[in-house]
Amino acid sequence: MNIPQDKTGEGGVIITKLDDLLNWARLTSLFPMGFGLACCAIEMMGAYASGYDLDRFGIIPRASPRQSDVMIVAGTVTFKMADRVRRLYEQMPEPRYVISMGSCSNCGGPYWEHGYHVVKGVDRIIPVDVYVPGCPPRPEALIGGFLRLQEIIRQETIREPRAVQQIMARRTNNTGAKKEETRATNEALAVDNQAGSGTNDQQIPTA
Amino acid sequence: MTFGEIKDFVAAHFGAEVIVSEHANNLQPYLVLQTKRLAEVCLELHDNEATYFDFLSSVTGIDNGPEAGTMEVVYNLYSIPYDHHLMLKVIVPRNNTSEQPIPTVPTVSHIWRTADWQEREIFDLVGILFKDHPDMRRILCAADWEGHPLRKDYKLQDYYHGIKVPYDNHNEYSGFRGEPVQLISSEDPFGDKREKPEA
Repeated sequence: MNIPQDKTGEGGVIITKLDDLLNWARLTSLFPMGFGLACCAIEMMGAYASGYDLDRFGIIPRASPRQSDVMIVAGTVTFKMADRVRRLYEQMPEPRYVISMGSCSNCGGPYWEHGYHVVKGVDRIIPVDVYVPGCPPRPEALIGGFLRLQEIIRQETIREPRAVQQIMARRTNNTGAKKEETRATNEALAVDNQAGSGTNDQQIPTA
Repeated sequence: MTFGEIKDFVAAHFGAEVIVSEHANNLQPYLVLQTKRLAEVCLELHDNEATYFDFLSSVTGIDNGPEAGTMEVVYNLYSIPYDHHLMLKVIVPRNNTSEQPIPTVPTVSHIWRTADWQEREIFDLVGILFKDHPDMRRILCAADWEGHPLRKDYKLQDYYHGIKVPYDNHNEYSGFRGEPVQLISSEDPFGDKREKPEA
């Protein structure tokens, strides 16, 4: 927790950054949308219930996407459901986060090859922040996913909201991938050049 | 009634030509019926007091593949008061291309209500049309899905509503990668933060 612990000692005043205050408020009251798709939802319900008690993290399921901060995609996303999942995500207000719970929504799971009806990963429809592995994941794993999400929220800043960052990342994704590819090729060439300079007649000019 | 008695019953009521072939030596014997007369035979088997097949256990669609060129529908009948079984089968030609007419079988959904959804499922997954069915549309796949997935020569479509369907190179090119997340608030965010007594 980045809330400064050193108070002024007078008058009960706390000095903090606005970023930290906002992030603290968001990450300690993550309201997921109350919906589940398959057996992962059973584990999710187990995590909500008194045994694991997600309420102690401020995590309370909400009945409407308009009131939700997090969407837990808990279960197999079929193509028939894909349009509905996307619509629900679009109805959530920013800032919004997605936890992909379980193998099916991570990558298609056991349906990856012969499952004609399963979307091979919910990240083909909506952007995912945290992937929770497991089939189904234990409630502890889901709680771990929430802690990871809290870490992600903790580093946000209102000067560069996440939505803008994501759009910029998507826009520069292609050029970034190309740059990386060029760099790897150059390095491979350089290694070839060094290793083979004695035996290989062909010299690659280096700058 | 035994299988032979039921066979004689059907032959007596509808003529011997309604039974295309009989397979009595199987573990579960069955009759292959003429496709176009299936519904009237089933109605008589259901209504007649001697047979009284009041329960349709299951309807199964089978695709034998493009080489065989046939498709089958299997009906498992059961009579609860008499405790006797009957398996019926119809064999229809398969449409190997979409230009050929889709295989058609008369519906039995007006005799047994359970056949309604089972015939819709067969239509959805195998692609056999049931004539005179009250509501012949897909039941499991999305309404605008292409093809019938349980056919032997089924090919996945590349995209559905802009979503890529096959799995290939999923993690490399799934599209929504976003920015890499670095946990910067601390080096080890999930480490043991409890205070420990000094050694």
